[in-house]
Amino acid sequence: MSMRTFSMGGIHPPENKISAGKAIEQVPLPAQVAILLNQHSGAPAVPLVQRGDRVKTGQLIAEAAGYISANIHSSVTGKVLKLDEVYDASGYRCQAVIIEVEPADEWAEEVVLNSTLKRDCTLSPEEIIQKIKEAGVVGMGGASFPSHVKLSPPPGTKPEVLIVNAAECEPYLTSDHQLMLEKGMEIIVGTKITMMALKVNRAVIAIENNKPDAIALLERLAIPYSQIDVMPLAVHYPQGGEKQLIEAVLGRHVPSGALPVVTGAIVLNVGSIFANYEAVQKNKPVIDRVVCVTGKSVKKPGNYLCRIGTSVQDLIDFAGGMPDSTAKVISGGPMMGKALINTQVPVTKGTSGILLMDGNEAHRNEVYNCIRCGDCIEACPMGLEPYLLMSLSELSEWEAMEKECIMNCIECGCCSYVCPSNRPLLDHLRVGKFKVGAIIRGRKNQ
Amino acid sequence: MNVILIAVIVLGGTGIILASVIFLTAKKFWVFEDPRIDEVQNVLPGANCGGCAYPGCRNFAEACVKSESLDGLLCPVGGNDVMKSVASLLGREVVEADPLVAVLRCNGTCANRPKTSRYEGVSSCMAASLLYGGDTACTYGCLGMGDCVAVCQFDALYIDKETGLPVVDEAKCTSCGACVRACPRHLFELRKKGPKSRRIFVSCMNKDRGALARKACSVACIACGKCEQVCTFDAIAIKDNLAYIDYNACRLCRKCVEACPTNSIWELNFPPRKKAAEQEVSATKVETGKDTTTV
Repeated sequence: MSMRTFSMGGIHPPENKISAGKAIEQVPLPAQVAILLNQHSGAPAVPLVQRGDRVKTGQLIAEAAGYISANIHSSVTGKVLKLDEVYDASGYRCQAVIIEVEPADEWAEEVVLNSTLKRDCTLSPEEIIQKIKEAGVVGMGGASFPSHVKLSPPPGTKPEVLIVNAAECEPYLTSDHQLMLEKGMEIIVGTKITMMALKVNRAVIAIENNKPDAIALLERLAIPYSQIDVMPLAVHYPQGGEKQLIEAVLGRHVPSGALPVVTGAIVLNVGSIFANYEAVQKNKPVIDRVVCVTGKSVKKPGNYLCRIGTSVQDLIDFAGGMPDSTAKVISGGPMMGKALINTQVPVTKGTSGILLMDGNEAHRNEVYNCIRCGDCIEACPMGLEPYLLMSLSELSEWEAMEKECIMNCIECGCCSYVCPSNRPLLDHLRVGKFKVGAIIRGRKNQ
Repeated sequence: MNVILIAVIVLGGTGIILASVIFLTAKKFWVFEDPRIDEVQNVLPGANCGGCAYPGCRNFAEACVKSESLDGLLCPVGGNDVMKSVASLLGREVVEADPLVAVLRCNGTCANRPKTSRYEGVSSCMAASLLYGGDTACTYGCLGMGDCVAVCQFDALYIDKETGLPVVDEAKCTSCGACVRACPRHLFELRKKGPKSRRIFVSCMNKDRGALARKACSVACIACGKCEQVCTFDAIAIKDNLAYIDYNACRLCRKCVEACPTNSIWELNFPPRKKAAEQEVSATKVETGKDTTTV
């Protein structure tokens, strides 16, 4: 039993995959959607529609602003009510297009609606990337980095292998798992297309071993494709982190401060691979995604296919309503997700799950002094010393934090998870990372 | 006796040799330093607060001695008195600067701004602001965890338990600007102290549309523009859904305070308003009200 994984740190929290194996269900169209203009990392998109315009499903409503940005399409048919600021998952207000939904979808002309599998793709790599760019595909795992940027590595680097990130290492979340079970063949074709775009001749679909059905299915489906391997990995959080995954799959370290592509690997989330398939073969932009609604007290936990811009409240209602014991609603998984300040927050391209936590699960325990046990050092997958960094952050020793490589922190939360004194390590590390990042940017601009 | 003598000779001899080494080294590597730097440093307050934009008082003293004129050099802690003595030491001219004081541009007390969520994380405004928009519907307002209080070296800030907001002690505030830099929401501003400490400012930083701002906080600036209309000195400008009063143009007439429909404009240290008939009397009362103006 020596499954591959990354070497340094990491934890294995209770998996709690409550919604595993639940078939993807379509959520009915909501009465209104709010489509955020900054669903991706980089510059917010520039809106192309105005109040009162009628938009079709799949129509471009906001254009990428700059290179690191992404197009945004209407997820419904209806009338633009207004362009307004709404709360996003971070608890700050962001620009959004608010659309009143008509009950019947009228799709944009170019979208192919049938669900028959289309295997062949005769497009050139540039054409594929252009299609992916037009469809507004971003990393669907949570970080929402625009895919077309990832697929166009900077000059001087040569990608050798595409790694499909299907680790889904976060506890509770099952949306990628279910997507693989139901759209396995599409994912294989999507992988092939993405390989063509990258001009690589090897791809690895990396799946954690707690999803044996998905591993078996994809292994079987990948038999005709000799260049695509399915690799089971040991269950180990944060394996879905880009650097951890590259190490687990290829055994290569991404140097500090370098782009992952220097190891020859390009990592894309399995949801993005499926979105690539739909964008290239079906001309369908990213207008919906699978969101898993889960939690120990949720009446109907499951994997729900919903339109982008549906409010979290609509999703929770579809999953049987909010249990009375709920104390915290998290967008994403329990480790890296963001606690929401209200349930009117819309679903974005990066929303992988909605987790409802009960009071006893959600609250923080009393903080004690650091006992220098070193558990946080052992748990840190980046080889940092979180206890030291926390003290430095409290003392505002930003230069010392920079020397201690705070910028390598991936904010996975392993340190806070293992601390026996319940110390809020990650909170302080985040402050330090923000401050040091600002100092480094300031130095560059000088 | 012999043992003591030997010890004295050995230790004394070593001492003399080492002392001469130190003496010669000090002579050899002696660096000329303008003696005026020490003199200037002696008149500075020695708080090393960084309010002058230099790392410490010594660096500021060096800068004063080196530069041709004292323009742009100001020790906010010492104020005009200290700058005058620095100028007289160096034989230069100094322009009197208006004394400044820190003001908090938020009045989102617990009563004015209802809580919408509960925060359990680290008690630090910076950590909270990186995490989310705050525990009220206003994403611009004070988080109330006292990052400003922690950085204030002069004990001039404290959190009012009732309102949950920091309070500036005008008597202690030296306008060093530490709180301005520490606040992740940029709520502190150094404003002219004004005659008899009288000041008028917009106590709000909410840049949301009026309706949203008002919904989040009952004393938010809704950018209605009434203050801008009523101001006869062109001191008020509205930008990003927020009114701002230019303290150099403001003549402290208080018309805007009366015009503001949400009470987001504050007047500090003014005597209570009198009816028009009693105006003449109030002019004399201002003098006697002096003691109560300092907090």
